[in-house]
Amino acid sequence: MIGESMYQELILEHYKHPQGRGLREPYDAEVHHVNPTCGDEITLRVKLGDGGKVEDVSYEGQGCSISQAAASVLHELATGSSVEETLSVVDEFTRLMQGRGQVEADEDVLGDAVAFAGVAKFPARVKCALLSWMAYKDAVVRSAS
Amino acid sequence: MTSTSLDVERIRKDFPVLSRELPGGRRLVYLDSGNSSQKPAPVVETVREHLSMHYSNVGRAMHVLGAESTEAYESARDKVAAFIGAPSRDEVIFTKNASEALNLVAYSFGQHLWGPGGTGDAGADPRFALGPGDEVVISEMEHHSNIVPWQLLVQRTGATLKWFGVTDDGRLDLSDLPQLITERTKIVSIAHQSNVLGTVNPVADVLRRAREVGALVMLDASQSVPHHPVNVAELGVDFVACTGHKMLGPSGIGVLWGRAELLEAMPPFMGGGEMIEAVWMDHSTYAPIPHKFEAGTPPIVEAIGLGAAVDYLQGVGMAAVETHERELTAYALEALREVPTLRLIGPDSLERRGATLSFTLEGIHPHDVGQILDDQFGIAVRVGHHCARPLHLRFGIPATTRASFYLYNTTGEIDALVRGLHHVQKVFA
Ligand SMILES: Cc1ncc(COP(=O)(O)O)c(C=O)c1O
Repeated sequence: MIGESMYQELILEHYKHPQGRGLREPYDAEVHHVNPTCGDEITLRVKLGDGGKVEDVSYEGQGCSISQAAASVLHELATGSSVEETLSVVDEFTRLMQGRGQVEADEDVLGDAVAFAGVAKFPARVKCALLSWMAYKDAVVRSAS
Repeated sequence: MTSTSLDVERIRKDFPVLSRELPGGRRLVYLDSGNSSQKPAPVVETVREHLSMHYSNVGRAMHVLGAESTEAYESARDKVAAFIGAPSRDEVIFTKNASEALNLVAYSFGQHLWGPGGTGDAGADPRFALGPGDEVVISEMEHHSNIVPWQLLVQRTGATLKWFGVTDDGRLDLSDLPQLITERTKIVSIAHQSNVLGTVNPVADVLRRAREVGALVMLDASQSVPHHPVNVAELGVDFVACTGHKMLGPSGIGVLWGRAELLEAMPPFMGGGEMIEAVWMDHSTYAPIPHKFEAGTPPIVEAIGLGAAVDYLQGVGMAAVETHERELTAYALEALREVPTLRLIGPDSLERRGATLSFTLEGIHPHDVGQILDDQFGIAVRVGHHCARPLHLRFGIPATTRASFYLYNTTGEIDALVRGLHHVQKVFA
């Protein structure tokens, strides 16, 4: 059924056991994003290292399984990668989410985040999936400036 | 016509959507009537018939269709007036929805109309004068539609907004009534029944205090008029707002009832065709009520559809609707107690409450609850803050899941909800 395609095992796993949750020091930038329609919110910090490496993405928030799992997956994908790589993953993820379920996901770029493909069919939930990823993009821009 | 029991299986046959199949072969279980109700066949048929055979503008058209349309529109007003116990049909003003009815009243306060103002010189009537030092009282359990218009009013005028708190068991907190409603209070506007808690508020207590200090009282009856026998004259308040789409009627039609003498003293809210008596280039005089408040072409078929909805409800009998919903509520309160970690937000007894049950499940966000109920079981509930964010803040929660019942719901559907909630808990266990 439709529900099962959205609540992938991987999403439920991340929701029940979030990776890298909690706000940590040190950090270069902190942002706070909210989804006014459902009250989901996230506070997210990024710490960048030498050579454009992402040393840490730490976060704290509240919301539905989709928004919480998306933050956990983001943490895993981003930590240890380069800023440039992660931003292209963010772009691909955004394209997938905004594709109304018509977009073919590029698994090579997205890795685990491909599990969210089913969410794209539910317009009301797309913002939940994107909340932490947009916060991340914002935080990276701020830490660079 | 009015009996106290209701044949729910027969009623369900009048609502075609209730036997509809959803994608994947699921049967619809519609538990979201507090948001908007479904429409019975006679309402759909009345709207179709009017649009196909009698439609034209109202009031201004001098031909057969114009006469038929006007007659149908104005008889809808008669029906609504009788339904809510309005002493006069002229006290029933058609608006777009309850929000517009609330805004209409809020915009009548604190206006300064300069120059020749015809009948609408509100500045002259002290009851509608509002400025610094004056107060408006609402409550923490209000729908945003009964909060924001008053916030805008006090911002325009420099008056002060105050509000009733809500007790832990979801009742209006009357403990500071004398301090809250004072000689400075100009108007009190509260929900008759909360759209989240289901609480039916003690109108008489609030009204008594308001009368002591000479304040006006408005009721947001969006959630009461569809579900209980409501008689505005017996309530004794000054203004009542309700909305057609929650009471089996179409969307796009709402009602403001006000005491004639007050409506006559109030300045018009919007200017335009049909609300005037005579227009000169520099000023106008206004039509008598109700037309003074109905500028422009009104929602004609929507009003006529509401008339048909009111006929339908009266055919069933509002006492019977109320009794049926009470039985469903008793059943649901009992059934939901069996769901582990379920926390009801609102009164947990039948006393002074309607058929709206909001709750949380520990560790599971309402959006996930709603999505799984919908996807797997075809159960439509509402999730979120239900346009009552301050109330959710009061209870320290971002959102709730809300099941709301109407005359066409069954105890079998409540069983389905409970089974669905158990499944949701399994998914997130
Ligand atoms: C208590 C209450 N007041 C006001 C409204 C607003 O109704 P409408 O959206 O039809 O203006 C609603 C409905 O959502 C409600 O439940």
